[in-house]
Amino acid sequence: MSQPTEFNIDHVAQLARLALTPTEKAQFAQQLGDVLHHIEQLGKVDVSSVEPAAHAFAVYNVWADDIPQPGLTVDAALQNAPAQRDHMIVVPKVVE
Amino acid sequence: MIGLEVHVQIKTCSKVFTRVATGYGEPPNTLTDPVVLGLPGALPVMNKAALDASIKAGLLLGCEIAPVCKWDRKNYFYPDSPKNYQISQYDQPICLGGSVEIELPGAARNLMGEHRQVALTRIHLEEDVGKLNHGATDSLIDFNRAGTPLMEIVSEPVMHSAEEAFAYLTSLRATMIYGGISDCDMEKGQLRCDANISIRPVGQTTLGTKVELKNLNSISYVSAGIAHEIKRQIGVLERGGTIVQETRDFDGTTGTSQSLRSKEMAHDYRYFPDPDLMPVKIDASWQDRLRADCPELPFPKQRRFLERYQIPFTLASVLIWDRGLADYFEETARLCGKPQMAGNWIVNDLLRELGASGQTLAQSKVRPSHLAALVQLVDSGAVLTNAAKEIFIAMFASGETPGAIAERSGLKAAPADTGELEQWCRDAITASPKALAEFKAGKDSAINAFKGPVMKAAKGKANPKLVDETLRRLLAQM
Amino acid sequence: MADLIYQPITQLAAALDAKQISAVELTQAVIARTKAVNGRLNAFNSFDEADALAQAGASDARRAAGQGRGALDGIPVGLKDVIAVQGQPLTASSRMLAKFVSPYDATVTQQLKRAGAVLWGRLNCDEFAMGSSTENSAFGPAVNPWDLTRVPGGSSGGSAAALAAGTTVATLGSDTGGSIRQPAAFCGLVGLKPTYGLVSRFGLVAFASSLDQIGPFARTVEDAAIVLGAIAGHDERDSTSYRATIPNYRAELGGRRGPWKLGIPKEYFAAGLDPEIGAAVERAIAFYRSQGCEVKPVSLPHTQYCLDTYYIIATAEASSNLARYDGIRYGHRAAQASDLVDLYARSRAEGFGAEVKRRIILGTYVLSSGYYDAYYLRAQKVRTLIREDFLRAYQEVDALLTPTSPIPAFKIGEKSDPLAMYLCDIYTIGVNLAGLPALSVPCGFTSGGLPIGMQLIGQPFNESGLLAIAQAYERAHDWHTRHPSL
Repeated sequence: MSQPTEFNIDHVAQLARLALTPTEKAQFAQQLGDVLHHIEQLGKVDVSSVEPAAHAFAVYNVWADDIPQPGLTVDAALQNAPAQRDHMIVVPKVVE
Repeated sequence: MIGLEVHVQIKTCSKVFTRVATGYGEPPNTLTDPVVLGLPGALPVMNKAALDASIKAGLLLGCEIAPVCKWDRKNYFYPDSPKNYQISQYDQPICLGGSVEIELPGAARNLMGEHRQVALTRIHLEEDVGKLNHGATDSLIDFNRAGTPLMEIVSEPVMHSAEEAFAYLTSLRATMIYGGISDCDMEKGQLRCDANISIRPVGQTTLGTKVELKNLNSISYVSAGIAHEIKRQIGVLERGGTIVQETRDFDGTTGTSQSLRSKEMAHDYRYFPDPDLMPVKIDASWQDRLRADCPELPFPKQRRFLERYQIPFTLASVLIWDRGLADYFEETARLCGKPQMAGNWIVNDLLRELGASGQTLAQSKVRPSHLAALVQLVDSGAVLTNAAKEIFIAMFASGETPGAIAERSGLKAAPADTGELEQWCRDAITASPKALAEFKAGKDSAINAFKGPVMKAAKGKANPKLVDETLRRLLAQM
Repeated sequence: MADLIYQPITQLAAALDAKQISAVELTQAVIARTKAVNGRLNAFNSFDEADALAQAGASDARRAAGQGRGALDGIPVGLKDVIAVQGQPLTASSRMLAKFVSPYDATVTQQLKRAGAVLWGRLNCDEFAMGSSTENSAFGPAVNPWDLTRVPGGSSGGSAAALAAGTTVATLGSDTGGSIRQPAAFCGLVGLKPTYGLVSRFGLVAFASSLDQIGPFARTVEDAAIVLGAIAGHDERDSTSYRATIPNYRAELGGRRGPWKLGIPKEYFAAGLDPEIGAAVERAIAFYRSQGCEVKPVSLPHTQYCLDTYYIIATAEASSNLARYDGIRYGHRAAQASDLVDLYARSRAEGFGAEVKRRIILGTYVLSSGYYDAYYLRAQKVRTLIREDFLRAYQEVDALLTPTSPIPAFKIGEKSDPLAMYLCDIYTIGVNLAGLPALSVPCGFTSGGLPIGMQLIGQPFNESGLLAIAQAYERAHDWHTRHPSL
């Protein structure tokens, strides 16, 4: 089990795209440190021969046939957009 | 060494995880629904046709089809990705291994080059992202493309030159088109290519530092970009520098590249199994159904054409790249029994007229039966080559049969008046005792010396086959 | 009809059929009640009177034309504000979605509309369903009608408070780790979390996709069966929706009489259980025994790992599910942003509350490079063991009986430490990890007058059996007939 001391709040907040205040960072680091400490006990469970469960019940091959259905109108698609122009969503200039 | 990551859009009617229609060139944001836009509460559902197409691609490329594959979320923030995660396949892709057969350029145009197998690492299925349109001060997003089924075909880093990469893409593209999997129109973004390039100085056994080159969005950019990057890396090493592991963007218009991000800024994608989608089990009978629908690929077809039809490489290498054209050739050859003549007409005349008129093969009024009939008219001597060319043009325009055109336009060879022809032949032989002596001495080609005067006497309308027969008969009597 | 607002669906449907009341009158009654008490409860994030009255009018017209659609036709049903209704706000009690209007219906919404229900109100909850008290709402905490200084539970606290206060006749909530059952226990209601996959999640704002289920809050077990019957069933728009044959839950109630074999998991009666709750549950156990049921102790040995497993899986999935809230296509966009990365970070920082941020951080961390195997993969494996615990127990018993919550409704602001709050869910989260159906049914009151709930955990897709066991208890007790004085 990894040591929760490695918890780097700045790195994780950057990955999660969350601008945290210094107060939030200090508070979360401490609170999540407690939670991670609690979680450490999972390391005691012997899972060497256990399959991981990604779903509550494993079902396979759930799909639909390739038959198009109507979607949203442009107006409905953009009705909640914070900024739009020419029926497209406006974002600050993307560099990459 | 070069490895390519090729993204191929699969030709389905609806998107990979929802049933709104796919399309290109539609007005912005008209091909969306709650799933495409990643609205709160929307859930993905697999498209069976996209799975079929991916398995078929794997079968065509000799991959091992995974008995079970699953879906993972690739987490990263980018405005063209509506959910800020892309549904993809991480550690259990749908196809593993396989290879793409490539043909390198021959020593001359009429000589076939070396063939090689370029090994594949894997093929996985994922969803395409939206399209960003960059303005002066901001960017605009159109989500029409988002959710289009996309295969990522990853090769091993085993190619050595831009030439090989070009040959790889050409072959892969043809395979996808042959299989009906994608139209692979690079202009429409249906095939996109990134390259991983590392150079290895002679004598060194380990691979050098890998540089990823992005946005090689036309086949010519792929060649140019790779050639440029190899040159750039050699230059860095020669100046005593070191290659940095990074991602670079190739600008095809200027022929230069610039760094996008270094390894330190590499993404942490936090892959995990998508809980909204169930895994896929692929059994033998599913594979068999798709295998039955797999066509012969271009290079096996080329080998067969060379062997079975005995046509030259220059013809075979043109005929094989388009499945429709290859089928057209085989049908014509079957109907007329003269493969090489059929091949010549298709490659020289039909393709020229199609190109000039902007028609596709399917639109052409000249069907294999027409062309076969024309070949037979020429072969039997009923129509002379020059006349046949005229007939072909008329046929291409009207779709009439060649026989009808020949009849109507008087383009048929002169009817055989054997008495007159025999006299012209005697005259020609008598006029050239030197050729007669040579022919008698066993030089068969000497017979040609008599044919010119005969044709001249016939004003070009004699049946060359009959002329040949008559000459030989008379010569045998002398 | 006296006391219209506290009648169960069964009574109201009979009255509607008998033309003793109209759907419009019933809807007017819940509107009036909502306006009278919601200022104190804060159970509703929003409501649309004109829309509700129009739906009620349409229902009356159907009945008048002899085209009534059954027990739910004309019955006001409130939806937790994480379930999409076309043309109505969908906020998830978050500043992020404060102005979001859904352009589409959730599948359960369509099903309720088809059943003729009058959709009434967008109900308060913890932000993005993350919490156990409904204090984490951008629109302020909802309050427990039984004690206005206490929480109604969470995350579906508004759904519980609204129903307990008579402002609607039934509600839907969502349950990821107990978010229906715990508020039902805190507010003296029946709350059912169906088997994972029984009810479509299409149109449910996702918290943790592999754990979330929509389910009903109701005054009685029979009401819960009626609402479940309307929303259960396979949905081709949800790949995790199960292809099960849906029985007539209400009709099946009558046919199942027991006696049943009940298991008492000893791990659910450990330290930390409020003695009054423990005693109430013991009395319920004694009742079942008196009815001829075999009651036997069972063990779910991995119970102690449920909380950790849950918080790893739930936060990991949430960190990914909530990535879409970035201020680009919809939702809150920060006014001041220097570039795109800044726009993301600020919009999300401004749009999300503290608990949501905390869980996104935790979930991002457990999935990040180098930690996946130690946390997420391990948690998935322990999840397998937890599920096997339950399935092993079901070889011996028909259902499990436990307290729903270790404590009764607590004071607003009492639990400021996240870990202490997480511990409130210890009896409910195992069920979500195992994907099982479970319900909370009222089984008494504390000396302070707070409702107590017991939890019955059933076998996969055997909601009929679970409801029958609960109803056998309900019929012999009158806890469900008591109402808060407001």
